[in-house]
Amino acid sequence: MNNRSYKGWLYLLPAILFLGAFMVYPLVDVFVYSFEEGYNSASQSFFGTGLYNYGYVLRDEYFLRALKNTFLLVIITVPLSTGLALLISVALNSIKKLRELFQTIYFLPYVTNTLAVGLVFMILFKKTAYTEGLVNMVINFFGSPSIDFINGPYWAKMFVLCFYTIWVVLPFKILILTSALASVRQDFYNAARLDATPKWRVFTRITLPMISPQLFYLIITGFIGAFKAYSDAVAIFGIDLNAAGMNTIVGYVYDMLYGNGGGWPSYASAAAIILFAIVLTITCINLLVSRKHVYYV
Amino acid sequence: MKVVLEHLTKRFPSRNKKDKSEVVAVNDMSFEIPDGKLVGLLGPSGCGKSTALNLISGLETPTEGKIFFGEDDVTKLPPERRGVGLVFQNYALYPHLTVRQNILFPLQNLRGEAKLPKEVMEEKVLEAAKLVQIEQLLERKPSEMSGGQQQRVAIARALVKMPRVLLLDEPLSNLDARLRLQTREEIRRIQRETGVTTVFVTHDQEEAMSISDVIVVMKDGVLQQTGKPQEVYNDPDNLFVAKFLGTPPINVFDGSVRGGTLFIGEDAVMKVQGVADGPYTVGVRPEAFRVRDDGPLCCALETVEVMGRDTTIISTHPAMQGVSIRSVISAEYAEGVGGETVRFYLKTAKVHLFDPESGARVRFAEAEAL
Repeated sequence: MNNRSYKGWLYLLPAILFLGAFMVYPLVDVFVYSFEEGYNSASQSFFGTGLYNYGYVLRDEYFLRALKNTFLLVIITVPLSTGLALLISVALNSIKKLRELFQTIYFLPYVTNTLAVGLVFMILFKKTAYTEGLVNMVINFFGSPSIDFINGPYWAKMFVLCFYTIWVVLPFKILILTSALASVRQDFYNAARLDATPKWRVFTRITLPMISPQLFYLIITGFIGAFKAYSDAVAIFGIDLNAAGMNTIVGYVYDMLYGNGGGWPSYASAAAIILFAIVLTITCINLLVSRKHVYYV
Repeated sequence: MKVVLEHLTKRFPSRNKKDKSEVVAVNDMSFEIPDGKLVGLLGPSGCGKSTALNLISGLETPTEGKIFFGEDDVTKLPPERRGVGLVFQNYALYPHLTVRQNILFPLQNLRGEAKLPKEVMEEKVLEAAKLVQIEQLLERKPSEMSGGQQQRVAIARALVKMPRVLLLDEPLSNLDARLRLQTREEIRRIQRETGVTTVFVTHDQEEAMSISDVIVVMKDGVLQQTGKPQEVYNDPDNLFVAKFLGTPPINVFDGSVRGGTLFIGEDAVMKVQGVADGPYTVGVRPEAFRVRDDGPLCCALETVEVMGRDTTIISTHPAMQGVSIRSVISAEYAEGVGGETVRFYLKTAKVHLFDPESGARVRFAEAEAL
């Protein structure tokens, strides 16, 4: 090892130590646990190795429910939130008056505590003995019967969860997209204007490709974030998500570790590895698709 | 298509919102660009030449005045309906599209009756690419090309839709010196071949002088002089134009006319007729100087630069404005130059008198060198 690379490794050492201790080691450990049957963290013992944990998790009704919930959440919220953010950013970019005011308003949810927002959503949507809830009052006003969004039918609960998730992730996406839109050089728009380019064509052929890196970034992180959803569901439905039928994969992992006394690290690890595999696959697909459609300056 | 500007004025509100004053970028500008000519809009930075170009393109609307393309009043017409091609200073090529797609872009915008079949579009793209000699680069992205090649693509994109007027904003400023020479010849050739009325903006007088049919000199939003480059150079209307045109620049002296004789400082250099006595600012082109042992203009010699065909003598004179006097002499006449002083006589046609207050040109009827 020559002198220079020795120095380089020395500078990297603190980061490598930390990442190794708190990221690589736990990751490897989780992977190992997932193959150890009935691992007990207190006695550090297990019965045998194999795919038993995966078999159990994949047959567990709670896990399958969590998987379905998570997939629905991802498929609904990622396209909707990204599309909405794009729409709002373009609108913000095209107004001059009050732009800063609206930007601030749209950014507020980002700096607000998730659980506090969840509480507000509960008050808006929850039906109790004393009140129908604000949303139901509006629904009643239009002559429809009340819907119990928190303890009622599955689709209503899913609607609230998606609504909430979209509302929470929107500000960050708007922030990224407005700055991306603002960084597109005015010259391109002037050139397009001189060539009598229709507005829609300007948007699809110039604006979208120019902001495609940021858009792609938001889609990838949106997928990952939605797959890891947990706190949002807790904020609305409380900690017993299995009872509410609104558990997510991460929620399932948590329950296996700590819920109801917990103590099933092997199952938790297997579920975590399955989630990891899903996220990895989706991200790879994203990357492949993006090669064609994302333009980096 | 001839382009006529009539009393064109553009005022911008001040950047400081509290300040109600306005910035006048273009001030009462009138001139006519003859059909099929190449016109250089020339002036120092911030003189309003780019604003003038944007007014012609329609990207800016004038505060006052009118613009005509031929007989059509286009003042109120939005840019997309004026039929102008504009080449931006940084080219503004769409970076995610290939050269072919870039040139195709304006054609694909045509709607209704003007819509072209695909084959015709492809043909036109190829034609435009051939005109600017980039037909072998059609599948490249802009980032994979040199500045000069990008410039050509930008011109092809502006020309492909057959504009009535072609506008170029500082077309050569992003190119290196060698490419600049080559590209300006190229612009000249393309303009000749297409015959499209062309206006280009530049702050480089050499660039404007070398390829324009007509130059338009601007300063602080006000038109100073228009005309053929050589005419404007030989016969400037004011001191600003005289100083702005020419490399090396014109030499300026404090002078005076006393009894029909022009003095530079205390040196009587010329007999002049038709001008009143009084102080004048005297502009002397570098090529006006001739070395003669008993010449009337006595200067302190600084250095002699020999550059090939010509020799530049750098000297000083008590009445000069600026740091030194540059005179360009044929090498054969400069052989004997040396020592402390050098004496010149002046070619009268290259000496101009200006009012010392306003800078306006004061023309003399006849002159005779001493």
